[in-house]
Amino acid sequence: MSWGGSMSEFLSMGGYGFFVWTSWGVGAVLMIGLLIQSIAAARSAAREVQAIEQLSPRRRRRKADAE
Amino acid sequence: MHRFANPTRFLRLAAAVLPFSAAVAALCLGAGLVWGLFFAPPDYQQGDTVRIMFIHVPAAMMSMGVYAGMAIASAIALIWRHAVADLIAKASAPIGATFCFICLLTGSLWGKPMWGTWWVWDARLTSMLIMLFIYLGYMALWQAFDDQTKAARAAAILALVGAINLPIIKFSVEWWNTLHQPASLITMSGPKIHASLLWPLLLMIVGFGAYYLTVLIYRVRAEIHMRRTRMLRLAQADRHAAMQAAE
Repeated sequence: MSWGGSMSEFLSMGGYGFFVWTSWGVGAVLMIGLLIQSIAAARSAAREVQAIEQLSPRRRRRKADAE
Repeated sequence: MHRFANPTRFLRLAAAVLPFSAAVAALCLGAGLVWGLFFAPPDYQQGDTVRIMFIHVPAAMMSMGVYAGMAIASAIALIWRHAVADLIAKASAPIGATFCFICLLTGSLWGKPMWGTWWVWDARLTSMLIMLFIYLGYMALWQAFDDQTKAARAAAILALVGAINLPIIKFSVEWWNTLHQPASLITMSGPKIHASLLWPLLLMIVGFGAYYLTVLIYRVRAEIHMRRTRMLRLAQADRHAAMQAAE
């Protein structure tokens, strides 16, 4: 292990704590945020298309879709 | 390739791939995080700032890789009018832009302690910033047209023209005298990084790749559903107009 074992030593990152933790922190927040936003967009789009399909008279060809 | 021009077939394939890409992303990013932050030794010159590399380098590689994918998908959409390729390109842009922004930000956070400056207008940094602007311009172009076919066409042309920037980014550190260091991972003589830092870096790169695939699947799924909603709405409006004309 590269650090002596104490938490404060680990957090200080040899004096570069601000730079290391900001890099990992912002990276993690942006990537998790983008993932959550993408999942939410996919779900709401699926709900919307289902709702409008029910209003459409010609139902989808279930057999052709199942193949 | 044309097999997957059918959106239904594409959605089925994507649903099969998704659990694997999500698992690989979670495992590799989790392992890379623990290894990179806890177990990898500090660099003998750069100390603990070298841990920024585990975010910076995968973000840089993937922002370029995603752009290359976006340009290829755009070409396929333009040439063969492939029905899913333009949506793959459109869905890729925000992911690539996020990677590009993370790369620039972490580079800045790495440059300050190591170079003594947040930013220099050297060829590598400038060409990377231009790529971020191309990503943003590409996304804005999709929004600028009501007609999605025209939007897809214009955006695809921008993506292809912007691909000229990719070799410029890659070779900027060789063609010009840059403050940014030359390549140390992909070189003619193999990686020049010590194994203790190379393995967590490779884990993170694979993790970023799997993360891209995972987010891409969700975003393409949303785009396919939204396009179908638009089509059904138009059909509904047509029926409505026809009914009113008949009365």
